[in-house]
This record gives sequence, structure tokens and C-alpha cells, in this order.
Amino acid sequence: MNRTGLIPGAGVVLAALCLATAPARAQTIALTGGTVHPVSGAPIENGTVLIRDGRIVAVGRDISIPADARRVDARGKVVTPGFIHPSSNLGLLEVESIDATNETDVQGDVTPAFDVSGGINPDNVRIPVARLEGVTSTIALPGGGFVAGQAAWLGLLGDRREDLLRRAGVATMANLGPSAKGAGAGARARGLARLERLLDDAVEYERRRADFRRNAIQPLSAPAEELEALLPVIRGERPLYVAVNSERDIRNALRLAAGRKLRLVLLGAAEGWKVAPEIAGAGVPVVVNAFQNVPRFDNLGARWDNAALLAEGGAAIVLTEGETGGPRNLRWAAGHAVRNGLPWARALEAVTLAPARAFGVADAAGSLEPGKLADVVVWSGDPFEYSTRAELVLIGGREVPRTSRQSELLERYRRLPPE
Amino acid sequence: MPRWYALLGAGLLAACAGQPAPTSPTPKAEAATSVDRAQYASTYVRRPFRPVLIRNATVLTAAGPELRNASVLLEDGKVAAIGTSLAAPEGAMVVDGTGKFVTPGLIDTHSHLGVYAAPGTFAESDGNEATNPVTAEVWAEHSIWPQDPQIPLAMAGGVTVIQVLPGSANLIGGRSAVIRLVPARTVQEMKYPGARYGLKMACGENPKRVYGSRGPSTRMGNMAGYRAAFIGAEEYRAKWDKWRADPKGTPPERNLRLETLAGVLRGEILVQNHCYRADEMAQMLDLAREFGFTIRSFHHAVEAYKIADLLAKAGTAASVWADWWGFKMESYDGVPQNAALLQQAGARPIIHSDDEGGIQRLNQEAAKALHAGLQAGLPVTREDAIRWITANPAWALGLESETGTLEAGKKADVVVWSADPFSVYAKAELVFNEGWLAFDRNDPAHQLRTDFNLGQAAPGVGR
Repeated sequence: MNRTGLIPGAGVVLAALCLATAPARAQTIALTGGTVHPVSGAPIENGTVLIRDGRIVAVGRDISIPADARRVDARGKVVTPGFIHPSSNLGLLEVESIDATNETDVQGDVTPAFDVSGGINPDNVRIPVARLEGVTSTIALPGGGFVAGQAAWLGLLGDRREDLLRRAGVATMANLGPSAKGAGAGARARGLARLERLLDDAVEYERRRADFRRNAIQPLSAPAEELEALLPVIRGERPLYVAVNSERDIRNALRLAAGRKLRLVLLGAAEGWKVAPEIAGAGVPVVVNAFQNVPRFDNLGARWDNAALLAEGGAAIVLTEGETGGPRNLRWAAGHAVRNGLPWARALEAVTLAPARAFGVADAAGSLEPGKLADVVVWSGDPFEYSTRAELVLIGGREVPRTSRQSELLERYRRLPPE
Repeated sequence: MPRWYALLGAGLLAACAGQPAPTSPTPKAEAATSVDRAQYASTYVRRPFRPVLIRNATVLTAAGPELRNASVLLEDGKVAAIGTSLAAPEGAMVVDGTGKFVTPGLIDTHSHLGVYAAPGTFAESDGNEATNPVTAEVWAEHSIWPQDPQIPLAMAGGVTVIQVLPGSANLIGGRSAVIRLVPARTVQEMKYPGARYGLKMACGENPKRVYGSRGPSTRMGNMAGYRAAFIGAEEYRAKWDKWRADPKGTPPERNLRLETLAGVLRGEILVQNHCYRADEMAQMLDLAREFGFTIRSFHHAVEAYKIADLLAKAGTAASVWADWWGFKMESYDGVPQNAALLQQAGARPIIHSDDEGGIQRLNQEAAKALHAGLQAGLPVTREDAIRWITANPAWALGLESETGTLEAGKKADVVVWSADPFSVYAKAELVFNEGWLAFDRNDPAHQLRTDFNLGQAAPGVGR
């Protein structure tokens, strides 16, 4: 099952069938006695999570544990689904300033056919640092073009690219904020019009593919390859993941989707709190950076309680961060959102099941339910607290090694001078 | 060197707040040259506020063990007393500290507030005078915009004093400004009276990238650039010393660049050195030895943990991030235990921000660094970690005798937290800046809105 949804136009149904997982060893693991947060249901005190061959097989209080199971005593600890980072470049980028290590960007501003999954580096040194803090999978994003390309869902453990890549093409990324100004030759209205035309051209292309090949229709605004890559988007099979911040841009994005079959996910939405009822009404999930509150002309209304206000307005919240310390900060971003009024349970959902739903992977991850991949974390306490440690991290049922490049540096310099 | 220079200690300097650069022993009303007149003097005035008694709180003094069920009394801008049964003076604001925590006001050694102001336009990008690799002549305070809407955000994070630095485009970027975070029309109204200037220096990738073929373009070129600058300063200093000893005839021509560097050589200006890599920090310590000054603090010292012993020995602080790493090659070896390893070696760790987000959450970043250390089995304590954002940065700015700890007689720079400041859930509820209520989370009347905020959006300080 190493094929991934790379066939253009095959859509999410095929993509879902092509779920690639790390080759799990035939192992049974029982996490016993912890406070289990399945997220899909109420917390379970003294609960057990039973895992076999990389998948969750049972969650509850009275689970019979096979004799050959590896038992992990989780009494006094907190068990949650692994966290899903909704907007990282893990696996695609090592050092931001070094272009040779960056596989997120391509030339050109409309490149929907660009699929980041071919650039995944399983040896990426940022991955172990993130997963040791409980981030077990990520939506890996293409960079900053106007219609930048396709994001991939990666499990963060494995030796080969195929081991990491769970699904390609889980979203098509578009930047509708200041990038739309550039794409619109100075005015975002024109950038927006350009995107509308692109989407409508994809519809036209699909309807009249034969005419297109015979050059029997008016020229379309992108080459066939790019339009082809947009078909899952215009059919509503693949989310259009739109980076926006201002109220104006959010409303434009909602309007863009309203008359079409688009499935929208908003990224950023710093002024989302102003539009909460509309976002909620449209059923559009919002990925909020919990730490964003510094005013720019694109987001003068940015505020730390954005996530709380959106949640109060009924919107589906996903949490993210943009810290220079990297995606390891996701759990503290969730804590910070709670600090600013988001209920704790909503914050946990916002880093687990909510991103899974937003990107169409909730069949496979995001909660502790039988049949799902065993992405599970045993925490020493509240996962959002600085004092808490991710004691055991399982990705697809495999235990994450407790080492990283950082831990090796630490051990080398723990005593000075180093040996 | 004339003897009186040796007597010009920090105490006297502290007394002549914002007064002439210490090349001038006694400012005279009818000074002959500009150097003897006031140099952009501080006009900061402590704002009066009634006495404040915080009762029954957990107090992290940054000067000793954590105190339970303790009270803190603030009067006339100072910490008047810390104890268990303090009486409230008449008219005092009494704060029930039950379940709350009290710390000194937080101090950030590395900020660009005001010089890289929000909303982040080119028009207000005033932090790098990237026209020459050595611009010791520029002063950050001449760029600071007091209406930067980032200021109220930092205030709400419990920050009371910051050092604003020029950027890192240059080998020697210019003088820093130490300011109090209070509402002001002019930067002079924010300047911390008596604070010594810092000199921003930068190692590594940034300065060698900016000037291309003109140079420097290599790390060895960087070193040559610092050395040439200080050689010039030695000569300048000698010329002025000679004239001061025997002020006859025309004084030497004033050169702002060399004047600042001479201030470093005299030990009057504190070197604040952006430097990531361990090997480069060692080079800079040697440079300082060559020219007879000390480096007060390295900044962005991502690899400080590799030479924590050398830093302890040199008496140089290390201002670090909790976990920033990997965004460029010289940050590739960052570890979250950096501060804890420095502490273990007896060096002086500081958590700094260099960031408009991080400055609002210095307590969280310190918490992250503390727990990274504890979880790695390193011998660090909460008492250490609170010093990383209070007493140690105060030392790096030369203000350790005035602020940074809660001790009787110190400035009443104080934060009351809703919870343990090392918890992600903690909020600064009350912030006192030299005794004045600078921020009250529950009272909009005590929440600054800069001119920029008016008619647009209130500072997004959360709940």
C-alpha cells in the first residue's frame, strides 16, 4: 500500500484507500491505567488503550489484555492522540536560510500541480525534535506562491519517504492575503478575480476537455497540467487551504467558496473573530496561530483570544504556531489558547481531531478509536504545560526513539570540556 | 590616564543620567564644545501612585528562596518591605495575592521595539543603519518611535525595562537605549535615568552578508573590521585624554563613531554582542582582551552551552532564546537546555526575546528553558529561572543595584501573576513600573493604547 494519491483527479476516495503506513511490527501494546482522552468521546479515568500491529484496537476501562502484550503503566499519566501539526514544513526543510535544504518552493505563482511529497526527506533533523514533544504527524505545506501547490500528510517516523508519506494532496494551498496583491499586479481584488477565473477555468477544462485538446475553446488561464491538479479542488474533494488574515480577505475567501463546491480551510485568520458567525455558518475550519497578536496592516485586529472568540462563535478551530523554535511548540500554543479563553477540551481537539477532520484524514487519525493508526502520546501530566514531558510517543504503533540531533549535542556538552 | 577617570565608577555615571558622554567630567552651563553639553538627556519622571500592599502571595524575589504567604509593600516607587505581616499604609491599594505569584518586573536585554515598530512598514524600519559595517555613531534612541503598538503588548506581558538595540547588519551597529515601558510622547520620557549605554556588535552571518564585495564578506573579515575600529578608538581616546588632562587650545575634533568606541575602552559603555557560534564567541573574548574591555553579554548565544565554562570565567552573560534553532547555519546547533547548561557551569544565563511575540511571553520562554533543563536532569531551580528574566538581565544592563530583584530599597518594578509564572496559563494581572500601575488586566483604564491604536484596534493582549 505504498501508492499514494498521486494520480491526478483520482480524488480523496482513492487517496483514502491508498493510506500508506510505516511497516508496523506485529506488536501488541497496552497502555494501562492512565487518564485517557480519546477526543472522540469523554475522558476515561483508569483507561486502557490497546494497540496491535500499528493500530488502535480497543479503548476503554474493561479491556482484556492479551498475554503477549507489552504493558505500559500509565497510572497518573495522561494519554492523548498524537498531535497533528496543521502547517509545518517538517520533512521539507532543514535550515530556513539555506536554499539547498528547502523543498517547499517552486518558481511561479500559480503552481497547483506542485506536490511537495516528492521532496520529503525522512532524515530531516527537525522531525525528531518535533515528535519528542508529541507531534506525531503534520500537514506539510508548499511555500509562498499565490496558488502554491499541494500539501501532504506525513507521519513523523520512518526510514523511507514512503514510510512518512501517509497521503499526498490533502490540500491545495493558496495565499490570499498580501500575496494576492502581488498576483493581482498591485490590487487584491484583481488577484481574487484571477483565482476565480482559475477555478472557473478548471471547471470549464473538465467539462470540455476534448475541446481543449483540439484547441476549440478560448485559452484558459493556466496550462492543462495545472488545471488538472485543481479538479479535486473544484469538485470539493480536496480542501483549498487559504492563508488569509484580514476580515476583508476572509470574507472574500468565503465568498469565493460560496458559489462553488469548494471545501475551504482558512490558515491564519487573525481577524477571524470579527467574522466568526459567517465562518461557522459556512462550516469552514480555521487554523489559528495561538501566538499571533502583533498588528500589521494585514491584521490590525490580531488578538490572542482569537481562537476563543472563534470557538464561541461556533467555528471549528485548529491550532498552530509559527515559532522559530519550530513545531515542537504546538502543545504550548494549545496551552496559550487555553490561557486566552479556549476551553481545554476544545484546545485538545484543536490539535488532534479537528485538524484530522479539516484535512480529511479523520478516518485514520486524530482520536483514540479502534481502527485508527496508533498515534498516541503518554504525557507525565497536562500536555499543554511546560512542566509536562511526553514520556512515550507512538507513531503508527511504533515507539519514537528518545534521541535527536539536539539530544546528542546535549550529551556531548553536558560536561565541559567535552570528551 | 588621568586618575579621575579611574574614579569615574558606575555610581557617578548612574548619577548623571543621560548626561554627556563620560569624556566630560563636569558638564558646564557654558560648555565650550558640544561634547560638554547634555546629550539627549532623560526626561523620564516617575509617575506617582499610592502605596500598594500585595498580601498572602507566593513571591519569587529573584534574590533568594521562593516565599510562601508573603506580602510585598510598594511605596514611593520602591519596594518598601517584604514580609508576612505588613500593615497597609493609609490609602494603599491592597491586592489579595491568595493563589497569585509576585515577581520582579521582567527585563528584556534584546528588543527592537520602537526601531522595528509595528505595523512593520519600511517607513518605520529604523533598526539597521546598513550603510557602513561600523556605525558606532548611531544611537538606537534616535530611531525609537514611542507610539509603537508593540509597547502595550510587552507591558501586558509583565515587562518593565528593555534594552532597544540596533540590528545586526553591521559589525558595530551603534548604541543601545535602555528604556522604561511607560506611555510617552518622546523617547527621552522613557529613557532609564542613569542607565549606561550598550554597544551593539554582531558576529557571523549577518554582517558578512550585507556588504558583499565591499566587505566584510568573511568571518576573518569581520574580525579585522572590529580590530580596525578599536585601533582607531585607542588613538582617539588618547588624544582626548591628553586634552582633558591639559585643556589648552582647540579641543580635538569630535568623532561620534570613535567617541562611542572610546566609551567602550573606558568601560563606560557595555558591549552587547550578537554572536551565535561558540568559536566566534571565543574570538570575541580575545578581541576584548586585546583592547582591554569586557563583553557584558553575548546575545543569541545559541552555542553558549559549548563554552559555558569560558563564559563563566570571563564574567560575560549569555542572552539566549529558550529553543530557537535551525533557521540559519549558525543556529543549527541550538539545544533547549542552553540556559540550564549555562547555569550549571556558573555562567549568567538570560532569556531574551529579539521578538515582538517572545517579549510578551518571557515567562513562558523561561519556563520552557527551565523544564528542558529539569527534564534532562540538570541542576536548575525555579529560583535560577526567575533570575534569567529579571536579575540577570538587570546585571547585563548595569542596573543590578536598582532593579531586577524584589528587595527593600529596589525600584518597585513588580508583576502580580494570576498563577505560577512558569505555567503556560499564567497571566500578568498587575504590572507596576517604578511603583506606578502600568497595566491592570481587569481595568481598561490601566491598559495603554498608543496613538496608533486609536480608531483602529485595541492591543490584542488576550484575556
